[in-house]
Amino acid sequence: MSSISINNITKTYEKGKVLALDNISLEVKSGELFGLIGPDGAGKTTLFRILTTLLVADKGQATVAGLDVVKNLWDIRKIVGYMPGKFSLYQDLSIEENLNFFATVFNTTVEENFHLIEDIYVQIEPFKKRLAGKLSGGMKQKLALCCALIHQPKVLFLDEPTTGVDPVSRKEFWDMLDRLKERGITILVSTPYMDEASRCDRIALIQKGKILDIDTLENIISKNTQLLLAVKGEERFRLLNDIRAYEDTLTCFAFGEENHVVLKSGTEKVDFLSKYLADKKHKGVEIKPIEPNIEDTFIKLMLESENAQ
Amino acid sequence: MMSEIVIHTENLTRRFGDFVAVKNISFDVKAGEIFGFLGANGAGKTTAMKILCGLLSPTSGVASVAGFDVYKENEQIKENIGYMSQKFSLYENLTVRENITFFGGIYGIDRKSLKIKSEELIQRLSLGSEADKLVGSLPLGWKQKISFSVAILHNPKVVFLDEPTGGVDPITRRQFWDMIYEASAKGITVFVTTHYMDEAEYCDRVSIMVDGAIAAMGKPSELKKQFEVDNMDGVFLQLARGAKRSE
Amino acid sequence: MKVFFAFVKKEFWHVIRDKRSLIILIGLPIVMMLLFGFALTSEVKNSNIAILDFSKDAATKTLVDRIDQSQYFTVNKYLHSENEIEGVFRKGEVRLVLIFPQNFENDLSKDKKKQVRLVADASDPNTANITINYASAIIRDYQNEVNENKKLPYAIEMETRMLYNPQLKSSYNFVPGVMTLIMMLLGAMMTSVSIVKEKEMGTMEILLVSPMKPIMVLISKAVPYMVLCFLDIILILLMAVYILDMPIQGSLVLLLAESLLFIITTLSLGLLISVNVNSQQVAMFISLVALLMPSLIFSGFMFPIENMPLPLQVMSNLIPTKWYYSIVKAIMVKGLAFEYVVKQTLILVAMTVFFLTVAIKKFKINLEV
Repeated sequence: MSSISINNITKTYEKGKVLALDNISLEVKSGELFGLIGPDGAGKTTLFRILTTLLVADKGQATVAGLDVVKNLWDIRKIVGYMPGKFSLYQDLSIEENLNFFATVFNTTVEENFHLIEDIYVQIEPFKKRLAGKLSGGMKQKLALCCALIHQPKVLFLDEPTTGVDPVSRKEFWDMLDRLKERGITILVSTPYMDEASRCDRIALIQKGKILDIDTLENIISKNTQLLLAVKGEERFRLLNDIRAYEDTLTCFAFGEENHVVLKSGTEKVDFLSKYLADKKHKGVEIKPIEPNIEDTFIKLMLESENAQ
Repeated sequence: MMSEIVIHTENLTRRFGDFVAVKNISFDVKAGEIFGFLGANGAGKTTAMKILCGLLSPTSGVASVAGFDVYKENEQIKENIGYMSQKFSLYENLTVRENITFFGGIYGIDRKSLKIKSEELIQRLSLGSEADKLVGSLPLGWKQKISFSVAILHNPKVVFLDEPTGGVDPITRRQFWDMIYEASAKGITVFVTTHYMDEAEYCDRVSIMVDGAIAAMGKPSELKKQFEVDNMDGVFLQLARGAKRSE
Repeated sequence: MKVFFAFVKKEFWHVIRDKRSLIILIGLPIVMMLLFGFALTSEVKNSNIAILDFSKDAATKTLVDRIDQSQYFTVNKYLHSENEIEGVFRKGEVRLVLIFPQNFENDLSKDKKKQVRLVADASDPNTANITINYASAIIRDYQNEVNENKKLPYAIEMETRMLYNPQLKSSYNFVPGVMTLIMMLLGAMMTSVSIVKEKEMGTMEILLVSPMKPIMVLISKAVPYMVLCFLDIILILLMAVYILDMPIQGSLVLLLAESLLFIITTLSLGLLISVNVNSQQVAMFISLVALLMPSLIFSGFMFPIENMPLPLQVMSNLIPTKWYYSIVKAIMVKGLAFEYVVKQTLILVAMTVFFLTVAIKKFKINLEV
């Protein structure tokens, strides 16, 4: 059964001048932890706002828990939890006051649904008298999640919850989402960090208002059959430029200390590349075939989508 | 030339009352090096960077940037560094060209060479007609590239980058790092503060701050080997778990 | 209802924790009352006056003493010739020069017409007028006393009475004015800013994605400010009565009821602003420029509307403060009953209904622009 269903949604801003979402379709199953992965400006926030009834699409339909986002606006507002991209709680209210306030706004009490937030709340409880504006990024995030959960929503929308948070808090946050998933809450989460894709059941890669692919991380990567080489050397910048200038090079991008290279001829002519680099007097060159990761795949899909236009 | 030391600190400490924001940190960064300065929120990164930019005086210890002392020669330091942050970089309601002219003027580039430099830059970034559009209307990736170019327009010895590439698509991010490599190949030292560990992988060398002190320093590959993990996230997680303070 | 109270409680927390809004809410009325009451008063007290006395007899001496003893004047210089007059005005030493002709007492007792000349520094015309009036009144009183037992054959008696405000106290003018301005400032500005703040901080986004009806959000935001504005009215009235000695002539209940109506008017204006703008700065700017300025100019508090060109007079009718100001003056100063302010009251009610309707109509239940 699908919990979120999006059919051919298109949304523009400024009277049609800016295309934010271009004919998007997507299904999220009940109880799924679904990741919407793409850079800033891809249209993630617009999609979230349409699903949470804050914006109305130009074209297409969408339902959340079987309810139409336009016709059943008030019913949807009762059953969804939403954490906007920007920290959106009252900075001049304490943790406790924020939580109580939002519980009341959603016609419930903290006690009633405490079981849902308990294991998150205990982490911030020692600071419950502290004003929200004075909390660290990680703590703000936990508080925002508690507030979004307090009315026991059926579907949880988290818009870039891990942006601007350090790796430790990010990991803790994803661990919390795993536990919420076990309780049967459907979660749609967006992130610009490709590495977080591995924490989702399924992901949609989104770029410039278009969905590049929807599947499990493994399937998306396994569809990428490009033969990829990792090339390392001492003079990083010269190496990068020389590989790009090489006639057989299709793409070459820096990946940390390595360069990920796709040759037009696949892996057959690796020896030619290493000879070419030796001729250019590169030292310490190492070339090895590697499995593509999510970023390689995203780049490939991005390029394909751009070429298709 | 590669061996010239551009940033030097020795037992650098900064207190705010009883709170020791930066605790005895010592490191050297060479000319043209890309140095990653990592740490969780509140680990002391920002304070240390403010000291190095000449905006804040240390409580004790030694520090010099581009050969100038942070205690006495703040003004000279400011002339010899560039700065770019994701939060503040360009004026959104000025055009690209106006931004370049403005920031070039601030750094005392004379009008004639500023004009030449600005045309060069617009060409190099292949901005074309976009150069006369308001910065606010450009995509994030472009803004980042332009603001980096503006930050190094006056040929500083060091450029400080504060979380420069958060939130952009993988291709744009790599184009950005291409620019950083190019600057570094020209001999500009690049000092990157960030808590995005995948940015750290691109640095020549990184230091990781925990509770105001430097907990680890080295090449990303060495650190990964030392901590027996396959990415910088893993290194960071192991170090930061022991952290006592959060913001 | 529970939601509503939670909201009100939260709103009070915001106000209490934000020192700036607390200062505006409590400090502003106090400061304005004290400023207008003691510093910016248009009453003339202890004005310096110079005397040029060509008679130097008992009558002039008595008159000069009376003038000196009155709270309005201080005699600080005696001149000896008319040539000196210009000098003292130039130096700004005095505001008024009183000139007695020769043989003043003698001529006065013989029923001869005698002229006393008053020369005032009219670079500040208002003050010049007021000082001349005060001085003439003292002289007239004296003349009446002297003439008490005689009936003058050709005496034309002139009597001026200052109705409602016999002492010409400026508080009668500015207290209603301050009430009007404070309500405009707090009611419209604070309400609009506090709602726009929710938009700016992103909290409105969460409130919208809640079962709470948007109209409830607006009402819950407005009510705390209504209470605070009402408290301010009481504060101003207490200060007026106990510090500035200004009695409330008419019915207090009526005054408070009309004030409540005006608070609702300003709140609905605040709501109207807040549904149309998205940043606190713009909300503040609109409140100050588009509301406070016209209120100041067109309420009749600072500048008499009758003296304005006709188009401006017509325009002044659109400004709610004009009507409230006139209501407060009628009740507080003239002690008039409800029947005399029915027209103004109905206009305010109509304006409120209009603002509210537009605000509610324009209020969006989502983030669409």
